[in-house]
Parts: sequence; structure tokens; C-alpha cells
Amino acid sequence: MDFALSDEHLMVQKMVRDFAAREIAPTIKEHDRAQQFDRSILPKMAAQGILGICIPVRYGGAGMDYISLGLACEELEYVDTANRVIMSVHAGLNSLTLLQWGTEEQKQKYLVPQAMGDKIATYGLTEPAAGSDAVGIQSTARREGDHYVLNGEKMWISLADVADNFLVFAWTDMEKKRARDHTGITAFIVERGWPGLETGTIHGKLGVRAGNTGSISFSDVPVPAENVLGREGEGFYIAMSALDNGRFTVAWGAAGLIRACLDASVRYAKERKTFGVEIGRHQLVQQLIAFMQMKYDAAQLLCLRAAWLKNQGVRNTRETALAKWYATVGSFEAAADAVEVHGAYGYSDEYDVERFLRNSKGAVIYEGSQEIQQLMQAQYALGYRKDKPLRCELPAYDAAVWQEE
Amino acid sequence: MRAIVCIKQVPDTTEVKINPETNTLIREGVASIVNPFDTYAIEEALRLKEQHGGTVTVLSMGPAQAKEALKEAVAMGADEAVLLSDRAFAGSDTWATAYTLAQAIRRLGEFDVILCGKQAIDGDTGQVGPGIARQLQIPQLTYICRIQEFDPATKRVRVERLLEEGREVVTCTLPVLLTVVKDINQPRYPTFTGIRRATRMEIPTWGAAELATANADYLGLKGSPTQVVRIFNPPARGGTVTLFTADTPSDGAAQLAERLLADKVI
Repeated sequence: MDFALSDEHLMVQKMVRDFAAREIAPTIKEHDRAQQFDRSILPKMAAQGILGICIPVRYGGAGMDYISLGLACEELEYVDTANRVIMSVHAGLNSLTLLQWGTEEQKQKYLVPQAMGDKIATYGLTEPAAGSDAVGIQSTARREGDHYVLNGEKMWISLADVADNFLVFAWTDMEKKRARDHTGITAFIVERGWPGLETGTIHGKLGVRAGNTGSISFSDVPVPAENVLGREGEGFYIAMSALDNGRFTVAWGAAGLIRACLDASVRYAKERKTFGVEIGRHQLVQQLIAFMQMKYDAAQLLCLRAAWLKNQGVRNTRETALAKWYATVGSFEAAADAVEVHGAYGYSDEYDVERFLRNSKGAVIYEGSQEIQQLMQAQYALGYRKDKPLRCELPAYDAAVWQEE
Repeated sequence: MRAIVCIKQVPDTTEVKINPETNTLIREGVASIVNPFDTYAIEEALRLKEQHGGTVTVLSMGPAQAKEALKEAVAMGADEAVLLSDRAFAGSDTWATAYTLAQAIRRLGEFDVILCGKQAIDGDTGQVGPGIARQLQIPQLTYICRIQEFDPATKRVRVERLLEEGREVVTCTLPVLLTVVKDINQPRYPTFTGIRRATRMEIPTWGAAELATANADYLGLKGSPTQVVRIFNPPARGGTVTLFTADTPSDGAAQLAERLLADKVI
């Protein structure tokens, strides 16, 4: 057993940390206040290779491993959640899903430009009336000759107004839709610009206000048959396997958010004096800081275990879900405690911790709410739930294969 | 074109703490970084390579740990790196450091330009770069904020120096040693390809034995004419704040101006 990060991982961590500190931190408060997504960050992340960090070099990526993906997410969310969200939808939910399930043609056409950051991608499962109840989606795709006709509406989609490519889930079997049989759902790769596709942005969110979240509507959108990802009827499995990758990035990001709360609190506890001493000397403040440290270490260890399993090519649905549940709930608690440490100042946007608190709540809900996570863990323990092998598994990380030109 | 960049690993802090008993820097708990001014030198060398082809070699003198700094330069795009590390080099002042680096550069062979940061953020002397040029008997141009022209074929360079009175444009022959200021560029981040190269690269370590031209009497503490008698933190500066309150900004400014005139500040 080895708990040490390699030199390579440490250098990746430092690079993304420096990148986030220099490119994101100086303007984040301004963008958050204006509820404005800063598009200029995308070409910078692309040029640096971050958007395709764990995609093989031959598919336009940087050829790094899944631990590197996690470290990048941690460092991005240390500064702000909005930038980790880019990684979650673009790299986690979409690009890795193409790597796992896509045909060679689909990888060349969609994964390569996504890994290079020339195209931005997102994922559309959730609908206005279906979140945790994924089988409750209403979108449909009707086969007509060599294409499908897609109708429906997706909601709470990160980068909805920004992305070029969408991975969308819809019913292709109406009998099964009525019977709520998930083998009637199919996954589609859809491009912006196709007739009948429109997107919109949602304002007034509690947090991640510097991030873009919105809706996608499909009105008789023609989707070529070759844009079915996987096989017809495999969509639900694809959606769930994508969540293994999305949750992985969310968990790592949440660990970064806990660390941000801890660092901000430690700094403030040494600056601020009350009753004649710096507040770090007060035991009840120490208790808040102790809990943040505990949550950071535990979240990080759960994330590292999930990353190690991914690198080995071992199915990690349970372990990743646990990391996501623990780290996101931990980040919400840590952020609330960080505001507490800062007192009245923490309640104002003079300090970052109020933004951390607002940002932390979303991830407790999306990509599997904490309630869904609890049900999953219980069902695994009780033996009610078992992972069946998938037709296409996410490949184990192999440095030689990943870095082959 | 061959560029050689001399870099130093320094503690990641601007508030250097000194152990009053031993008169040495307290390094415990302080992460190490590449001296920020040196990152501009690395970037400038990489830009020269991009324009003219050739190679960039980074050189550092320090403990084994300083390999981390060299690896960062390789991750940014430097082609090769050499660490100078030996007990015989310990305790070097700026003269002995410049001497040792110059001997290593002699061993490296032909070059067109040596780039250094204008100074290190820990020692703040700004002497090592010029010292190397003197040892190698080549011209030195310090505080460079822009390279206007650089031509390895005709061996000419034209640069702008950032001086207190303004900018000075100087033309010079190659090879030359340049020390750079932060206005010269914005250093790039390491790339993933660079990171992989850096972590797999075996960086050679040269000690006194590898520097054939070096005179052992000029190395380390023995070769250092400077004796550090005492190091101390200067006492914190005192001061008071006077606030001027007025109905309009211009009234407040007038009050401030009167006070500054009375105190002969302006």
C-alpha cells in the first residue's frame, strides 16, 4: 500500500493550482456577482490540455490517468465550483462516456475535438419532472428511416447554453416507456445548430452563479441513426455508467471545496482577535476546524480509492457514490462552519466563504442526491443491489496505451 | 541557438524567518519554489528557442531537492538540466556561486545566451548573474524588460533595460548574459507532456569532481570572500494614520496637500 502521490501527480496538482490561482481567482467574485459564465476560461483550459486530461493522446487528450483528473477537479473547485462543473459535464459525463461506449467513428468525430477543447460537451438526462426518477423522463425519439426524431425538454443542464455537443437520453420504445422498463431508453449524441434544438440559461440559482446552467428543448430534432451511442435500449446503462464518472469529478471537487473552507478558516482564525487572543485559540473555533480537517482527509481518501479502482479498471460504482455522498455533504457542512468561523464577515461577500456555502449545496443534490446515495449504499450492504458487468466497461488506465501518439 | 538558464530554488515566502541562534533561514514548513524572477528567464529562453530553434539547458546549484526546480523548468519545455550539488559547494557566497556556475557552463560548452532572473527573492543580492558573466569574460546586460532583436547568425542582440530613470536600449554581441525583470513576459504553465518528460528524466548531478576547470580553493565556504557576521530581522516600522474628513473629495485633498507641504513631504 502506498499513500504517496507520484512526482507526476504532484506536478499536475501544482500546475492546475497555479492555473486556477492566476486565471480564475482574480475575477471569480465579479463573475459570481454578475451571474455570468466566463467563456474565456475555456480556450485557456483547452490550451493547457485540462479539458482532455485523462483522454488518450490518440483521441486528442493529454494521456494522464484518472487520479490526475481528480486532482484537477480538486484544484479547480478549490477556487470555485463553476470551473470544476466544466470538468464534470465535459470530461466526466460526456467525454469519458464516449471513450467507454463510442464507436471508433464516434470517437474520431466527437471525442477528439472535445478532448482538444475545440468543442465543449455536456450531458442531458434530467428533465423538469424527472431527476432522481430517471425512468420518469418524458423525452422521446421516434425512428424514421435513417434517423430519429427527438422531442422533449431537459432541465438543470450545466453548460446548456455553452456546449456544442450534447449526450441526450430519450425513450425509443413507447411500450416500455408506459411500462417504465428502462431498456426502452436510448442515448444520442446531438449537436448544437441542428433544427429544433434550443437552449436557455437559468438565473437566480442559490450558488455556482459563475457557472452556466440551463435547459435544452428538442422539437422534432432529426438525429442521424449513427449518432446513437451504444445500442438502442442501452441508454439507461450508459446514463448510469456516465454518472460513475461524473460523480467521481464531483466528489474530488467537493474535497477541494472542503480544503478551501479549511484554509480560509485557518487564515482567518489567526488574523481575527477576540477577548484578547486570536480566535484560533478558542476551543469552539478549534472544534470547527478539526471537523473540516477530518472531512477533508476522509473525503480525499475516499476519492483516491475511487481513482485507484478506476486506474485498475475495477468497477467502482459503490465506492465512487460513497465518495460523492460523503464529500458533498462534508463540503456543505464545512462551508457552513467556515462561515461560522468568520462570524458576521463570513456572512458578507467580502470573504469567499459565503460563496463556498452557496456553491456547496448544489452538488448535494445533483448527480444523485444524498438520499439516492444513502439508498444505494444500504442496498449494496443488504444485497438488494449488485453491479452487473456492462457490455462496455471504462478501460483501465494504461500509460503506454494512453500516451501512444 | 543554445540558451542556458541559471535558476535557484527558494522558500515560497516573502517573509523569510531567521533562526537567531544559527543565523540561517528557517526552511521547515516552507514549501520550495523556483525563484519567481528565474521563471521569466526560463520563459524567455523558451521563446528564443521557439523563434530560432536550438536547445535550452537549465542549471541550478543547491541540495538534491533542487532537482524539483529543474524538473519544473523541463516541464515548461527546457531540453536538459544539470544540478550542481556537492558538500564542497556548501556555504558559497555570491562570488563562489558565480564561480561554480561558470565552471559548469564551461563544461557545457558553446552557448549563445545565459539568462538569469534579476535576483533571488531570498538573498536579494542580484550579484550571481553578473558574477557569472565576469567569470566567463562575456558581456552582461541586467534588468532586461524586452529583447528587441536576437540573431544567433550575426551574433547580435538588442535589448531594453528597465532602469530607474527610464528604458535604455543596448546593442551587444553574443554570447551574452542577460538578467531579466518580470515585465519581460508571462511565464507559461508546465504542460502535461512536459510533466511526463520531467518526471522520467534522469537529471545529472555534477560535483567538484565533474568540474575539471574548477580550483578547489574557490569553492564553497573556503572560496567565499564574504563573511556573514550576523543576520537579523529589522525592527517593525512604527507609524500612525491620520484621516482627513471633509464635505467634498476636493476639500479633503486640499487638506491632505497642505499637510504634506507643511511636513515637507512634497
